[in-house]
Amino acid sequence: MRGFWRAFRRNRLALIGGVVVVVLVVLAAFAPKIAPWDPNRPDVRKILDRPSRIHPLGTDQLGRDVFSRMLYGARVSLAVGFVSVGIATVIGIALGAAAGYHGGTIDAMVMRLVDLMLVFPRLFLLLAVLAFLRPSIWTIMAVIGLTGWMSVARLVRAEFLSLKEREFVLWSQSIGASSFRTIWRHILPNAIGPVLVAMTLGIPAAILTESGLSFLGLGVQPPHATWGNILNEGKDAIEIGWWLSAYPGVAILVTVLSYNLLGEGIRDALDPRLRQSVGRIVSRTR
Amino acid sequence: MLGYALRRLILAIPLLIGITFVSFLVIHLAPGEPVENQVGESSTQSDAKLRERLREIYGLDKPLHVQYWSWLTRLVRLDFGRSFSPDARPVLQKIGERLPITLLLNIIELAIIVALAIPIGVLSATRQYSTFDKITTIFVFVGFATPDFWLALMLMILFGVQLGWLPISGLRSPTWEYLAFWAQQWDFVTHLTLPILVATFGGLAGFSRYMRQSMLEVVRQDYIQSARAKGLSEKVVIGKHALRNALLPIVTVLGLSLPGLIGGSVIVESIFAIPGMGQLMVQAVFERDYPVIMGNLVIVATLTLVANLIADLTYSLVDPRIRVAARRGRR
Repeated sequence: MRGFWRAFRRNRLALIGGVVVVVLVVLAAFAPKIAPWDPNRPDVRKILDRPSRIHPLGTDQLGRDVFSRMLYGARVSLAVGFVSVGIATVIGIALGAAAGYHGGTIDAMVMRLVDLMLVFPRLFLLLAVLAFLRPSIWTIMAVIGLTGWMSVARLVRAEFLSLKEREFVLWSQSIGASSFRTIWRHILPNAIGPVLVAMTLGIPAAILTESGLSFLGLGVQPPHATWGNILNEGKDAIEIGWWLSAYPGVAILVTVLSYNLLGEGIRDALDPRLRQSVGRIVSRTR
Repeated sequence: MLGYALRRLILAIPLLIGITFVSFLVIHLAPGEPVENQVGESSTQSDAKLRERLREIYGLDKPLHVQYWSWLTRLVRLDFGRSFSPDARPVLQKIGERLPITLLLNIIELAIIVALAIPIGVLSATRQYSTFDKITTIFVFVGFATPDFWLALMLMILFGVQLGWLPISGLRSPTWEYLAFWAQQWDFVTHLTLPILVATFGGLAGFSRYMRQSMLEVVRQDYIQSARAKGLSEKVVIGKHALRNALLPIVTVLGLSLPGLIGGSVIVESIFAIPGMGQLMVQAVFERDYPVIMGNLVIVATLTLVANLIADLTYSLVDPRIRVAARRGRR
């Protein structure tokens, strides 16, 4: 662990990424305290005001403060990122562990399922599912999680395939531990590093997906402020109010960039050899 | 080679069946009655009427396996049903007229990405840690993090609104009919410029990264050392010995990245009002035009499957090791 910190601290970009992520989480958590205006209060006298001292990032078509709306939007983006990746990780670990540990038919079935899920362009699948559901923040989290577990499953499977041959696993099996106990207590803790990296790199992908859906108008519904929503409204005002579409995009870019830098930093610090395997699997299945 | 191709083809059949099965499940995914839910407030039909029509088409009151079987037999005959929208045209016809433009856009994008990513990747790998390498690395990270819809809006504001150089929506100007032949072609090109620029941006970042990585791995190999030891010029070593081997994994990555690229058409086509598959999908979702949604899903997934298959076969064609390994049963 100490070696990890030493290696991680040396990576300046990863540190910056980590700090930005922490700042974002704090901003999102204290949004009601920080926001100078009520994010949902319209004001007809201030429609599409330019950025000024009173409204640091300007106002939108209804005269709402863009800065305050973006602070609340950060809550949605970060929450969707965490929860959907959480869902994806749980499914991925369960299926990947079963496939890697048992091998044989189970392995073949899980891997075919992974192949199948990867044949669907994710956005098309998400749209098709969302057409049947009432879009709320919970449905969005669920569908992004349910369509994003494949990289974790592949990763966990690969780890399990190599770990299950090791002595400590054979030892655990030989004293009669159940396969669940062997997996949970002995193999999984040793495979957690790559999973952590996959999670850190999965969050920005989920945030991009959510904002894309909200931008299309099929994500979290207005008046709920999200970065994608604000951009969606900004789209109709590109000729007069550039600030309405510029800032939310910058927020998404900075967030995603920071998570990616952080994730790559963790990966390199954990084990430089992971660079190839994890990076490849994660980005290929994005 | 033929045996290998045949084996891959046979392996694709269960996937094809899987595609129909997943798409079929989507109809039943919604809790309770699948038809009772709605998207936003933009529904165009009353719930009761919609439910009636869905029941009629998919036989939702019959047992599941009966429903699936009747749906499947119609799919095999390429019968995707009729659209729910007022024109009530066959789904296949609707998709058919939108498929070419989406394919065209994706092929152009892919060609541009490959043409630019290979030299960028090779240059930054052979000059690792140089200024050029650092700049491209920054570009890669920013490219990965840039939301395509935001990039599209920014470019629209810059080139469309502020500078007024490029059109920002559709495929043709309103005056298209009155233009001379070459002016018409030019008009088409200017309409495609921004959408293609947006769609290539993210993909270019990813591909140049892969190319760099692949090249770095190859340059470390023994045969590169021996090529140098033979006294070959650096140009031949890199441009011939190294490049050919570094290109191999790119073929696979190309195939695997297709779903992402096609998925990107949803966003790009919606923003730039391009009448392709992506736009059709979004419209269908808003109008709750279920036959169109299902048809779109099946066709897009099948296209991806075919593209993956082609990438697989190309890979085995250019790299004999794959075929040998497959024969030994390692794959």
